[in-house]
Amino acid sequence: MKMQSASPSWLPPNAAAHGFAMDHLMRWNLAVLGLCFLIAHALLFILLLRRSKSSTGSPVPRSWMVQVVPIVLFAAIYLTMAITAERLWASKRFEGAAPQSMQVEVTGRQFQWYFRYPGTDATFGRLDPSLIQPANGNPLGINPADEHGKDDIVASELVLPVGREVDLTLRAQDVIHGLFIPAMRLKQNAVPGQLLHVHFTPVAEGTYPIVCSQVCGLGHARMQARLRVIGAGEFKAWLASKEAAR
Amino acid sequence: MSWLRRHVFTTNHRSVGLLYLALVAIAVAIGVVLSLLMRIHLAWPALCFPGWGVMKPEDYLALVTIHGTLMVFFVLTIGPQNAFPSLILPGQIGAKGMAFPALNAVSLWMTALSLFVLLAAFLVPMGAPISGWTSYPPLSAIAAAGPGQALGMDCWLLSLAIFAVGQIFGAINILATIIDTRVKGMTLGRMPLTVWSWLISSTLVLPAFSVLLAALVLLFCDRHLATSFFVPLGDAVAGHVIRYGDGSPLLWLHLFWFFGHPEVYIAILPGMGLASSLFANFSRRPVVGYKLMATMTVAIGLLGFLVWGHHMFVSGMNPYAGTAFGLTTMAIAIPSTIEVLSWMGTLWAGSKRRGGLILKTPMLFALGFLSFFIAGGLTGPILAQPALDIYLHNTFFVVAHFHLIMAMAGAFSLFAGVYYWFPLITGRRMNETLGRFHFWFTLIGAYGTFFPMHLQGLAGKPRHYADLTGPAASLLPNLLPSERGITFSALLLAASQTFFLVNLIWSALRGLKADANPWQATTLEWRPSSEEELKLIRHGPYEYDVAWTESDFIPQWAEGGDQE
Repeated sequence: MKMQSASPSWLPPNAAAHGFAMDHLMRWNLAVLGLCFLIAHALLFILLLRRSKSSTGSPVPRSWMVQVVPIVLFAAIYLTMAITAERLWASKRFEGAAPQSMQVEVTGRQFQWYFRYPGTDATFGRLDPSLIQPANGNPLGINPADEHGKDDIVASELVLPVGREVDLTLRAQDVIHGLFIPAMRLKQNAVPGQLLHVHFTPVAEGTYPIVCSQVCGLGHARMQARLRVIGAGEFKAWLASKEAAR
Repeated sequence: MSWLRRHVFTTNHRSVGLLYLALVAIAVAIGVVLSLLMRIHLAWPALCFPGWGVMKPEDYLALVTIHGTLMVFFVLTIGPQNAFPSLILPGQIGAKGMAFPALNAVSLWMTALSLFVLLAAFLVPMGAPISGWTSYPPLSAIAAAGPGQALGMDCWLLSLAIFAVGQIFGAINILATIIDTRVKGMTLGRMPLTVWSWLISSTLVLPAFSVLLAALVLLFCDRHLATSFFVPLGDAVAGHVIRYGDGSPLLWLHLFWFFGHPEVYIAILPGMGLASSLFANFSRRPVVGYKLMATMTVAIGLLGFLVWGHHMFVSGMNPYAGTAFGLTTMAIAIPSTIEVLSWMGTLWAGSKRRGGLILKTPMLFALGFLSFFIAGGLTGPILAQPALDIYLHNTFFVVAHFHLIMAMAGAFSLFAGVYYWFPLITGRRMNETLGRFHFWFTLIGAYGTFFPMHLQGLAGKPRHYADLTGPAASLLPNLLPSERGITFSALLLAASQTFFLVNLIWSALRGLKADANPWQATTLEWRPSSEEELKLIRHGPYEYDVAWTESDFIPQWAEGGDQE
């Protein structure tokens, strides 16, 4: 059991390529706003404790410095935050994954995550909700009439090779679920009737928790899985073993 | 019988206001008990509750759902938005009562009925709903999706539908009262900022609760009339496949949050107006930038309708929309910051007067409101940014944020209002020593409860988890000690309210007799009833620190004046 390094911002260790920029943004935002919190409260306490012997000067601050400068200062802080954060958001979400990225489909179902790999033909087989039968080994309802589905691999853990971009396609069978992988700094709802995409690149080998972040019923808290990030060679071997086991 | 007719089955605005406060008291008491049950379970997951056993995950989710619904609607909405206006608004604008007294009573009894229907959800087969106060479909649309999603969910829908109609009636009444029944001379520029807040919050209620009502009706149709507004074709819940229609769960999110975000401003704007008035009163200084404050209240109201998408950054909404909603949300930080700066300015001016700020209990609670408004407000700019929110969404960071900015700020403004207006209603003052104990213990309990939740959220702890076990347990290696610290603080927070209850009862019976205007306030509700009928007012709402009078203030009802 690896000891978690004590991070000043309490975030779990990041293991995704885009996460370093996000952590940096989070830390300086927390630092600036935390400082504002402390200054405001120090000021409040000074005002509480201040006891003038006699009323002094102009009672209400009227000078331009006092009235306008703080507003401009705060507007500048908010604007800087908005611009830096929007640039990061745009770089992460405005473009899809690269064409050569790995394809994995994630399906949420009360109360289980399923991860489907397209197999050797690199194409997912068609799904039919009426064929969903977890007890008979077809939890996703893969249609046996579709050739593309024959080599699909369905796993209950997400296994990814380190350093390669992955394009996740999110589905939900029944209700809204939330795919949350804290170490990948990633959260996206899986919505029934919609196909949603998120992409990221894991950069550190290890095993990370996957949780459901959108309340989905009585088993919501146990709707968890593991993400295993392994070396490229090991990943090839894992995929081969899964194909052999079909 | 005659007592009942005078104080309960009446259209008198003060009696209706007090009954609204009684509903708040019932709802907050139940809501607090539910939250303590959750907190105790989180700190001691294996604990066996006498007569109930170990808390099951579905029980926990039912508690979350009813706790949230009670607190948001029946405490933080009807307290500031219905109880206080019924009690105070007519007095503050020199009216004899609400514009439509009977309608006011109708809203009250609809709200009471709606509370009854909501609580009935605990008693129906399978119990209360488990989908949270936001009730996202398909979980809320299909009875088979979970326990409590059958009859319990119908109770929730019916309760909120009745509540929404009651709110719409209430808002129409407040708007008509403010627009139509102000005493001569009470121009817009002389209205106290509380009245400005009720004007704006009631304007928000009309579209917000109308949209909520529509969404509730659509969801009801999906559940019972085989429509498909929110359920997609091929949705497979518990082995049953939906084979008709093709709706979108995202539509509910849009409708719900189009209501839900203005709703938080409906809950907090009246508190902001009250804080402005109390800071002026207990600083003996005019509100810094009165016109600016009124304008910012309007600005927050308008912007409040353009930010709902910041609840939906991870929902599957287009990422470009995420950018747009992120920017509108950052924009709303500016009027909010201006309000805080103005409050600070009033306090700064007051601290320079001889003797400094007057730290009576209502002022302490107003300062507590400001502290929470700052603490909860400052995490707003972080959650407003989609790039950061996609990590923090639905973690305890968000729970900390809205409990500080909405729940604690809202509760402290309710306390401030009760301590401040108690002499007006009862003719007696509340005890200052008990009030001070109440304030400090509540403040410490509240920060002890909600501040550590930021850290749990940063560590990745998700909401709506009865137990953090399995792979996710590695996120918080020291989970139980931190849960216990929070639970002890929550128990302290709840126990501190004993000071308030004792004070309330003791002061109502034995409290010091209050003068006609015990806080030397300027606004009209404090006008001695012995004076003859008010025909015309000539003064602004915050004429404190006036040099040429013997006292340091000119009440709005004073004769003369140079303000024409």
